[in-house]
Amino acid sequence: MGESIVLEIARYSPERDAEPHLETYEVPLRKEWVVLDALNHIKDKIDGSLTYRWSCRMGICGSCGVMVNGEPKLGCATFLSSYAGRKRVRVEPLRYFPIVRDLVTELGDFLAKLKKVKPWLIRTDGPLLREGEYLQTPEQLDDYRQLSMCINCTLCYSACPVVGLDALFVGPAAIALAQRYNKDSRDRGAKERTLILAHPDGIWGCTFVGECTRVCPQHVDPAGAIQQYKVGSALAWFEGLIMPKKRRKTEDRHGAAAD
Amino acid sequence: MLRSNEAPLWALFSTGGVVAAFLIPVHLVLFGLVFPLGWLRPPTYEHLLGILRNPLAKIYLVTLCSLPLFHWAHRFRYTLYDGLKVKHLNELIFAFCYGGAAIGTVLAVYLVWRIS
Ligand code: SF4
Ligand code: FES
Repeated sequence: MGESIVLEIARYSPERDAEPHLETYEVPLRKEWVVLDALNHIKDKIDGSLTYRWSCRMGICGSCGVMVNGEPKLGCATFLSSYAGRKRVRVEPLRYFPIVRDLVTELGDFLAKLKKVKPWLIRTDGPLLREGEYLQTPEQLDDYRQLSMCINCTLCYSACPVVGLDALFVGPAAIALAQRYNKDSRDRGAKERTLILAHPDGIWGCTFVGECTRVCPQHVDPAGAIQQYKVGSALAWFEGLIMPKKRRKTEDRHGAAAD
Repeated sequence: MLRSNEAPLWALFSTGGVVAAFLIPVHLVLFGLVFPLGWLRPPTYEHLLGILRNPLAKIYLVTLCSLPLFHWAHRFRYTLYDGLKVKHLNELIFAFCYGGAAIGTVLAVYLVWRIS
C-alpha cells in the first residue's frame, strides 16, 4: 500500500451509544479520491456498518454533506489530497442537526422550513396554465437564476451560528429559496411569504455573519439574498411612512412588516 | 412589537455603518493626524466656528454622531443576545442599547445647537 491518511469518523448508533464518538480508519491517499471515496472504501473494506448519505457523486444531489475538520463540505467535492499534510482528517455529521446514525442527519426540521416559505409559483391572476405558458425574458430569468441553483445540501445551516443559537431561525437556504420565487416575474406570492420572512425568526434573525455564502457549493449567496430582502423591507417601511397609500403595493413586493 | 420595529432599526444600523465606515475615518485622519502633525495647515478656530454656524453643518454633525450610535446599539444588542445568550433580557437590552443611542443623539443636538 502506498501513502495513506487517517480518518477520524464520528460514529453513533442510537440503540447503543449515548453520544457520538470518534473511530479512526486508515485509508489509501489517492490523488483522485474525495472524502466520499474514503467513506465508500471504509464501508466496502473495513466496516460495513458505517452509515452516510450519498447519491450522485458529482455535487448535484446535495446529500453527502459532512463536517470535514470542522468545516461543512460536500463529501463528493472535497479531495483527500487537500488534507495530505494533516495527521488526521475528522469527518463528522453536519453541525446543528439531530443525528440519525453515524454521519446521517435528521432533515425533517429543514424540510419543514423550506415548505414554510411556500417555494412554488403563486399565481391566481392572469391566464390559466392550459392557455399557455408564462413567458419570461432572459433578463427576468437572470434575476433569480443563481438563487435557483440550491441543491438543499444544508451546508449553509451548519455554517450559520444563528442556526446554532436559535432553532426557530428559518435559515439561509429557505430564505434564499423564498427570494428565488419572489424575484420570479411569474410569481405573485411575495406578500404571502412576508409573514415568514419579515419576522425576527426570518430575515431579522440574520446578523450577517456571511458564512452561509462562503460554504455554499453552488454560489447561491444566501447572505446576499437576505441582505437584499432587508434593504427592500426597510425601504418599504419608510415608503409606507411617507406615503401610506403606497404601502400596500410595496409590501406586496418587499414584505415590509410595518403594522 | 419586535416585528414592526426591526425594519427601521436595521435601516439605522446599516446607514450608521456606512457613516462609521466612510465618514468618521475622514474626521479622525484630518483632526487626529493631518492637522496636529502639520501635514496640512489647520483651519483657524474662527473659520471652523463659521462653518459650524451653518445649520447644514449642524445637521451633518448630529448625523455623524447619531447614526453610528444606532449602529452600535444594534450590534451590541445582538452581541449580547448571541454572545452572552441573554435573549430573555430582551426588553432591558433593547432599552439600554437604543436608549443609549437616543440619549447620545439628544446630547449631540444640544451641544451642536449651542454653538452660536
Ligand atoms: S444555499 Fe448553498 S449551502 Fe445552502 S443548501 Fe443551498 S446549495 Fe447548500
Ligand atoms: S453525492 Fe450528490 S452531492 Fe455529493
